Amino acid sequence: MSTKPMGARMLRNLNAKIAALPMIATAIVVFLGGTIWSVVYSFTGSKLLPKFKFVGLQQYERLWGNSRWVISIENLFWYGFFALVFTISIGFLLAVLLDQKIRFESAFRTILLYPFALSFIVTGLVWQWLLNPELGIQGIVRGMGWESFTFDPLYTPELVLVGLLMAGLWQSTGFVMCIMLAGLRGIDEDIWKASRVDGIAKWKTYLFVVIPMMRPVFITTLVIVASGIIKLYDLVVAMTSGGPGNASQVPAMYVYDYMFQAQNLGQGLAASTMMLLSVLIVLIPWAYLEFGGKKHG
Amino acid sequence: MKLTTKLLAASAIVSATTVGATELEVTHWWTSGGEAAAVAELAKAFDASGDKWIDGAIAGSGGTARPIMISRITGGDPMGATQFNHGQQALELVEAGLMLDLTDVAEANNWKDVIFPSSLLDACTIDGRIYCAPVNIHSPEWLWLSNKVYEDLGLPVPTNWNEFVASADAVRAAGKVPLALGNQPWQSNLAFGAMQVAVAGLDNWKAVNMDKNMDVAAGAEYAAVFKAAADARALAVGSNVQDWNQATNLVITDQAAGQIMGDWAQGEFQVAGEVAGTDYTCLPGLGLNAYLSTGGDAFYFPKLDDADKEAAQKRLAALLVAPETQVAFNLKKGSLPIRGDVDLSAANDCMKKGLELLAAGNVMPSGDMLWTPDTQKQVEDLMVEFWMTDLAPEVAHERWVDIISNN
Repeated sequence: MSTKPMGARMLRNLNAKIAALPMIATAIVVFLGGTIWSVVYSFTGSKLLPKFKFVGLQQYERLWGNSRWVISIENLFWYGFFALVFTISIGFLLAVLLDQKIRFESAFRTILLYPFALSFIVTGLVWQWLLNPELGIQGIVRGMGWESFTFDPLYTPELVLVGLLMAGLWQSTGFVMCIMLAGLRGIDEDIWKASRVDGIAKWKTYLFVVIPMMRPVFITTLVIVASGIIKLYDLVVAMTSGGPGNASQVPAMYVYDYMFQAQNLGQGLAASTMMLLSVLIVLIPWAYLEFGGKKHG
Repeated sequence: MKLTTKLLAASAIVSATTVGATELEVTHWWTSGGEAAAVAELAKAFDASGDKWIDGAIAGSGGTARPIMISRITGGDPMGATQFNHGQQALELVEAGLMLDLTDVAEANNWKDVIFPSSLLDACTIDGRIYCAPVNIHSPEWLWLSNKVYEDLGLPVPTNWNEFVASADAVRAAGKVPLALGNQPWQSNLAFGAMQVAVAGLDNWKAVNMDKNMDVAAGAEYAAVFKAAADARALAVGSNVQDWNQATNLVITDQAAGQIMGDWAQGEFQVAGEVAGTDYTCLPGLGLNAYLSTGGDAFYFPKLDDADKEAAQKRLAALLVAPETQVAFNLKKGSLPIRGDVDLSAANDCMKKGLELLAAGNVMPSGDMLWTPDTQKQVEDLMVEFWMTDLAPEVAHERWVDIISNN
């Protein structure tokens, strides 16, 4: 609680506030302004060019009656669920392994983090080749003599999400591992000493002491990974462009296709507004946990 | 000081280029072997006429290229000229006043009389004004067959779709794919479009696509189309390719018996050194109803605030329709010319079949002219789902009627 007068408070750290002005302006005009514009026009019948002709909820009714959109949402849900569970659990496991004071730790760290330096497009192309039945893993194994070996997830509608997951996990677990490792290093050495004195098994210490202490790290990771999943686009474009059929469609592709290919801005914006809504569903609880509620130190 | 010198240098560069030829950037999505050779003919002709063609090829088919083109035009960075499929793709851009009116060029060069079929020019005409220069005709309703696959099986090469379906079991038994079909969405849509006119016949096709008669669309004739498409998708199982030319390649290398693809496929056969009639067979209208839809490519010219460039745009428009350019371009591209008065004796068998149909008037307008991009996209989404899953034909039929009646 500040008791200083308003004016004095505004003038405190004046330099810093002036320096932040361009960023604040950008945030308000570009992010907030663009968002509001998109939401408003999602209620119009705009085709190729924005037109201010309100049609109420018509775009949203069409959106949810469209089987491709529904498939996209289902795909995103399953991809998101498994991607979250696996990136965080594998990332944490790798971090724990690296935390055992092993030799060449920095070399391992670099190798594991390396995929993250590649864009999703490059990752997607590499994995598209690896999973191509003629050129990739299947071709090599068959070439070694196992003629009946079949492994072509990208061409099997039921398995295509598995193929996407493999590439997605390969790319992002290293990053999650790094955040987790930083979190582990932040745990006070005394905690470990205390648990050793009490004779608690190492895995129990991790599970019941360290993980609860790393709650903020987990929540941050969760938000970063989750918001990355919702905007999933380039990986799918590079690997399958939504196929086979509509089996790997994601919402972001629907937005792009309808905004530009179908020249139906209103429909595209309605879909992107739904995506915004899902990002908010992820972000608001996090913001509440981090900044609201009880005050930290 | 520094800024001034930079500006001076920049203006010097600009003036240096405007002294000579007028440069026009032309964007298009012709990037495969035959297509690139064809577009080089256009560039050559334009450069020879004293201007400068700046090539702006965008790889990855029209679906990728059009959004880029449209956002450049609406975003205030228009090119000198750009390819679109004639029809409704650029309709809103024209209505918004972003495109150059070519009516005076058309009148000076008598386009009304030379362009055949006249529906091509109608597709460029909005409120009595002409906004695009058509360059070629493409029709998607072709079935391409590998003769060798049938010779190896000791079977005659099918002469229509029904025979093709009847022979499919034998092809499958020989370990080959009866029908090559790429995974890209538009290919499923194209296959369905070709079957529409082949199976339902021209009158029903016209009733649905031109008069928008939904009773016919929901009727028995179209139920038969969906039934035939359901048969076809069973034949396409096993062709694990993405791009259309990869699918064509399956036919060229005799791994697949046939492919439903537009006449641009023959460019691939040509490049591979195959001869029409002996190595491969083409059946317009799938051999059932030999009607071709006369879609194709046209050039649109965005409005520029520059009188020199505008004059150059009009010169280019006139040049694109000129007989010499038409012959040079279409022979390389394998497409049909947009005027009936040019000599294409160098054309191969398949092209000649197309020319005959054209001369006989067996033509119909293309989907790009009849439906909005929005409706087409929805149909495309449905077709992808239909061809790649086991969606029942009745369900797909019902949803299809739903989409086109909401147009």
